[in-house]
Amino acid sequence: MTPSPKVNIRSLSMLFPTDGSVIEVLSSIDLEVEDGELVCILGPSGCGKSTLLNVVGGFLKASAGTVLIDGQEVAGPDPRRIFVFQERGVFPWLTVEGNVGFGLFRLDARERAERIAHYVKLVGLSGFENAYPQELSGGMKQRLEVARALAVNPDVLFLDEPFGALDSITRLIMRSELLRIRRAEKKTVLFVTHDIDESVQLADRVVVMSTRPATIRRIVDIDMPHPRDLSAPRYIELRDLLLEEIGLAHKI
Amino acid sequence: MPVGAAALAVLLWALAVRLTHTTVFPSPLKVVSGLQELAGRGVLWRYVGDSLRRVASGYFLALVLGIPTGLALGWHPNLASAFNPVIQMARPISPLAWMPLAILWFGVSEAAPGFLIFLGAFFPIVVAASNGVRSVPAMYLQAGRNFGLSTPRLLARVVFPAALPQILVGLRIALGIAWLVVVAAEMIAVDSGLGYLIIDSRNAGKRYDLVVAGMLLIGAIGLVLDLLARRLEKLRSVRWGFQAETA
Repeated sequence: MTPSPKVNIRSLSMLFPTDGSVIEVLSSIDLEVEDGELVCILGPSGCGKSTLLNVVGGFLKASAGTVLIDGQEVAGPDPRRIFVFQERGVFPWLTVEGNVGFGLFRLDARERAERIAHYVKLVGLSGFENAYPQELSGGMKQRLEVARALAVNPDVLFLDEPFGALDSITRLIMRSELLRIRRAEKKTVLFVTHDIDESVQLADRVVVMSTRPATIRRIVDIDMPHPRDLSAPRYIELRDLLLEEIGLAHKI
Repeated sequence: MPVGAAALAVLLWALAVRLTHTTVFPSPLKVVSGLQELAGRGVLWRYVGDSLRRVASGYFLALVLGIPTGLALGWHPNLASAFNPVIQMARPISPLAWMPLAILWFGVSEAAPGFLIFLGAFFPIVVAASNGVRSVPAMYLQAGRNFGLSTPRLLARVVFPAALPQILVGLRIALGIAWLVVVAAEMIAVDSGLGYLIIDSRNAGKRYDLVVAGMLLIGAIGLVLDLLARRLEKLRSVRWGFQAETA
């Protein structure tokens, strides 16, 4: 018996009624994600990839098709699967500790404090335990949100263009941070991005979406071990392949 | 600078009284001696205390009823659309217009000004709380739900703290209104307090020095109340709502 996939998306479609007509955003998507896999969903802005993530996360109901996680149909949001937004998702009225401990209300105080300390350290925010988000940089807020998500020990993380609001240098640092954290905490990750380089740097597989209505154009295996050399011929090759698949020229 | 501006205002006042040779309007010095006279008679602090006590009771009632009402209206759009017309109609009616009814219902008692203060403070608090709830970013609610919060927990741990900066602004505005209303309310229904001091000083012997003394006391106390309310906005857990983010 082969193990069933962690996430199983079957002929998923999404229609949004607008005044008068109906817009098809997602059209019969089929995708399987294995346990512990990092899959990037790559597509042009507005193609519906965030919608896909919201459906898989249980925040939107699909018009047709099903999403199974661990063989069970997704009925709504669940603390076993945490959605990470751009850094704006942290709670500004709570300190770093308060944010990281936000989802730990079922634990007793001692266990909560241990978990908080562990994840604050893991994302490199030691020394900022009592700082408020407004006192942190964009990259630190993003780490904080990742720590808040990891603290409840979910098996799946949904990341919706998490580094989109950061400057390009911070973004690069955050990507290697994500890979480092992932080595410590093996999670299944669905990562939505419109950044081709980001997907080649992070993913085990890249799912290339078409423009609306979004379908899966192609799934590309990124067969490179970590750490990945950004000037290796294979890296360039894969990046060019994705560029082409998305329909962009190699020259600008 | 603020001290200088206040000194200038007093100077202009003194000059105006001197130049116009008015016998009705008091000079700053006469007002100060009026204040001393009030303090000497022992009514100064009693009147201040009475006014503050009335504000505190009416305002506290408005706060206790207004915040939950506003939270409920902000959380349930149907409730809001049902009650909004009533609220929007009741809001522009000055609490002072309720005076005849207040006296009819509560008589010449402490409850009458209390009721007027409550009315003045209640609506701004309700509106601020419900607007605050409605403008909570969807992302916060989604994150709260994602961590498995039940609706009561979500309200307590996400919606309320997210709306708190706006609620505090409403509370501060409501406090200012409450203080305005108490003075007017004391001119009819009771026989103590700063409003009473003003109307009584005019009626009993045209003591305009005491009238102006009362006015200045009202202004000074209003200023202190506002400063105290602003202090709340400096608390670390709400400060994010009062300054533009720098990142």
